[in-house]
Amino acid sequence: MIGSRALRIEDRVLLRGAGRFAADTQRAGELHMRVVRSPVAHGRIVSIDGTEALRLEGVTAVWTYADVADLPAIGFRLTPREELLPYRQPVLARSVVRYVGEPVAVVFAESSYLAEDAAELVDVEIESLPAHLDPDAEPVVWVDAEQASWAAGNGERLPAQDSEASVFTIGYGDVDAAFSSGEGRVFTMDARIGRHTGVPMECRGLVAVYDEAEGQLIVDGAAKVPFWNREAIAAMNGLAPSQVVVRETHVGGGFGPRGELYPEDVLVTVAAMRLRAPIKWIEDRQEHLMATNHSRGQHHRLRALVDEDGYIRALDATFTLDQGAYVRTHGATVASLTASMLPGPYVIDNLRVTAHVRLTHKTPAGTYRSPGRYEGTFARERLIDAIAHGLGLSREQVRRRNLIGPEQMPYERPIQAMGTHLVHDSGDYALLIDKAAERFDFPAIRETVSRRRAAGERVGFGFGYFVEKSGIGPSEGARVVVDSAGAVTVLCGASSVGQGVDTVLAQVVAEVLDVPHDSIRVVRGRTDQFQYGRGAFATRLTVMAGSAALNAAKAVRDKAFRTAAAELAVSVEQLRIRGGVVEVEGAEHGGLDLGQIAGILEPLRASELKEEPGLAADGWFHTDHMTYPYGLHAALVRIDEGTGRLEVERFMVAYDVGRALNPLLVEGQIAGGVAQGLGGAMYEEFLYAADGTPQSTTFMDYLVPTAAEVPPIEMLVTEDAPSPLNPLGVKGAGEGGTTAVAAAIASAVDDALQRPGAIDSVPIKPDTLRRLLQPTTTHDVPTKE
Amino acid sequence: MTRSTVPVRLYVNGDRYDIDIEPRRTLADALREDCALTGTHLGCEHGVCGACTVLLDGQPVRACLMFAVQAEGASVRTVEGLAPDEETLHPVQKAFWEHHGLQCGFCTPGFLTLVTGYLEEHPEAQEDELRDVLSSNLCRCTGYQNIVTATMSAAEEMRG
Repeated sequence: MIGSRALRIEDRVLLRGAGRFAADTQRAGELHMRVVRSPVAHGRIVSIDGTEALRLEGVTAVWTYADVADLPAIGFRLTPREELLPYRQPVLARSVVRYVGEPVAVVFAESSYLAEDAAELVDVEIESLPAHLDPDAEPVVWVDAEQASWAAGNGERLPAQDSEASVFTIGYGDVDAAFSSGEGRVFTMDARIGRHTGVPMECRGLVAVYDEAEGQLIVDGAAKVPFWNREAIAAMNGLAPSQVVVRETHVGGGFGPRGELYPEDVLVTVAAMRLRAPIKWIEDRQEHLMATNHSRGQHHRLRALVDEDGYIRALDATFTLDQGAYVRTHGATVASLTASMLPGPYVIDNLRVTAHVRLTHKTPAGTYRSPGRYEGTFARERLIDAIAHGLGLSREQVRRRNLIGPEQMPYERPIQAMGTHLVHDSGDYALLIDKAAERFDFPAIRETVSRRRAAGERVGFGFGYFVEKSGIGPSEGARVVVDSAGAVTVLCGASSVGQGVDTVLAQVVAEVLDVPHDSIRVVRGRTDQFQYGRGAFATRLTVMAGSAALNAAKAVRDKAFRTAAAELAVSVEQLRIRGGVVEVEGAEHGGLDLGQIAGILEPLRASELKEEPGLAADGWFHTDHMTYPYGLHAALVRIDEGTGRLEVERFMVAYDVGRALNPLLVEGQIAGGVAQGLGGAMYEEFLYAADGTPQSTTFMDYLVPTAAEVPPIEMLVTEDAPSPLNPLGVKGAGEGGTTAVAAAIASAVDDALQRPGAIDSVPIKPDTLRRLLQPTTTHDVPTKE
Repeated sequence: MTRSTVPVRLYVNGDRYDIDIEPRRTLADALREDCALTGTHLGCEHGVCGACTVLLDGQPVRACLMFAVQAEGASVRTVEGLAPDEETLHPVQKAFWEHHGLQCGFCTPGFLTLVTGYLEEHPEAQEDELRDVLSSNLCRCTGYQNIVTATMSAAEEMRG
């Protein structure tokens, strides 16, 4: 069962349109919340008048900051660096608005149509101030002392703060000494990654009701991190966590942004408590594109000291991260991950990375699939291509020269990633290049490119190498329960954003109990069904929840064996399980099925057997290190000379996941990840006018790739380097489809243009290519292969 | 201000729904909230993503771009109306399942209705043509390849 291409257990419900997504929950007497958002990027609120809105029949309330002044700013879930506290976001703007889309008021009405009508009648007067949009510009004063002290919320009186929220440096060795040694050559790279984000097909939404009979606040429509959100919602509403039930229903895609605690989530729950009515809020797409976390938006400046054979002695890197207007739940996560994962698969003797987290009057930014790695991999791999070109070496040669060798594993880099020591746990990085070259026949691709180029076509081949990370701890748990009919349920703290975690957990349990995986029910994302759960992020669930489910299933099997041994008067060692039946090894018949054993374990008999009642057991998995999958992306592209259109003819991914629990789902993750990577490399970008007005607020101007743009993704999933850190040997597959897409596409476009280093920013749009295709005085210099 | 409603008769998946709605109510909202058929999803409400695609007299349409009153008297088919019964999946649904053509499942109803509507009228459609048709809807999870494969497989199955 583990390792099989098992079909998903989630699908029948979804295919029949019977799923329950956030907007599908309806409650009698519900009020619909509509957010009034700032139409200007930066300004002082002069007045907000809800009188006209309240005159509409069916409008219950209009709230501004004054109505929620008792609520603190929204806290950090991850990487909570103290210097970021003054930049936290209030649930409604206090006196200054800092991005277009910032909530300034909310309206509650009997229907969603009426709520929109009413929101338009709320009179908001804002005095515009100049917008600060360039994170590379000198920092400006950002929040005054009052706002800074309020947002920090720790009782300290802080001075005014500027727009550089954080600067930190990580590294090892002695970069300055290396560069001043007078040996080696220096290469530089200036690389930019555009602002784009996850954009799940389902917008955000939440439905909350205070159940007076139960004394509980019930919150439906959560995603990703329901357990953390429960604690935060409880604290903000003055309730004990046990009085708050947060339930994940079906989730229409996550990718990082969805599921974090946003201002709207807090408002929905607070309104449910204060208005004592069910409150429903469903975001629309225009709101989503200016209210939900953006991501990426980085500018890297790299400087490398390199030997003649391409070996990198030192890397000195600085980058700015365009944080947008506030620091939300992710704290410094993206900047921190960018810095620690920048060296990727390469040794690099001396490293220094300095991160600048800077505020701008744009939508706040957070994580998006492969956060920090997509950006850093683009910058680093562009640098490697530049080194290859400068030294007259092939792009592959330089990479091979620098890869961490299999004999060096586990390889500890003396820096931290997400608060854990960065230890590459296993891998044979060079072997993956060999395998990919053979599987996809790189020599034949290069030959084709030469031939077509000679015939006048603008075609190019390129690739990028990367290391991902997965399975952040510290803990995850699962409970496996078998009822008296033999039906198996897995209860756990995992969450699903649609990636298929139910199927994977069912497969793991099915393997141990030898029952069909599609007979197993998985309950997750519900805070009333399990005690703890860290959430669906950082490609952690197959590693963490998978291992926990394995341990729980084994504990249930052991309990079933002990019970059957007593019942059948044999020893545990004589038993085995087959088809969900515990039987005596070698005996023809007379076993006990799991349902019968569950029946035996009713409370009274169980106590006689000195067992806890019920055929159930918990399993936990703890780890203090992450596991590191690795891969290679390669692209064959063609540029249309007339229009500048960039066509991806082939896209290839080789990825080592240690062990693929379900190759069908691994491939699905990779293909979907590539499509999102292509979006960021070629189409998707949040652009702003000079006054800070967002220009990408619909799907007409924020271009998500369709079936016409995404080619078939060719994949080689390998299992050469199982993780030594978990009992399944698995490394997560969730993000590796995305990581090196921009890097590979840029490398291929350089090759097609025959201009090494031509591409130093993404997305690569037709106008850029048209400009680069204009005849120049410099001669084309071919890429060496 | 009182909001006037009008009676509208919808025929959805063979069932008759007599509802009283504001004239401005979209077909998608009427299906979801007045007919309790929440399988039709709203992903953008401006006609780009196609998650709300339903079949109106057999033709794929964006239910977010139509008023429910415009569907008066027409035959509407939603994702809930594709499978012949509780136990059996429609060939397009089955193909999406077997080829892992969905992950989160939010865009899926729109793709299923789009493909069903198109294949019923163009049973001989080949890959290039189908890819073109599929490019009218957005999916953010799958990278499309498995949707294309599933659609090809369903086409073959429906041709018999």
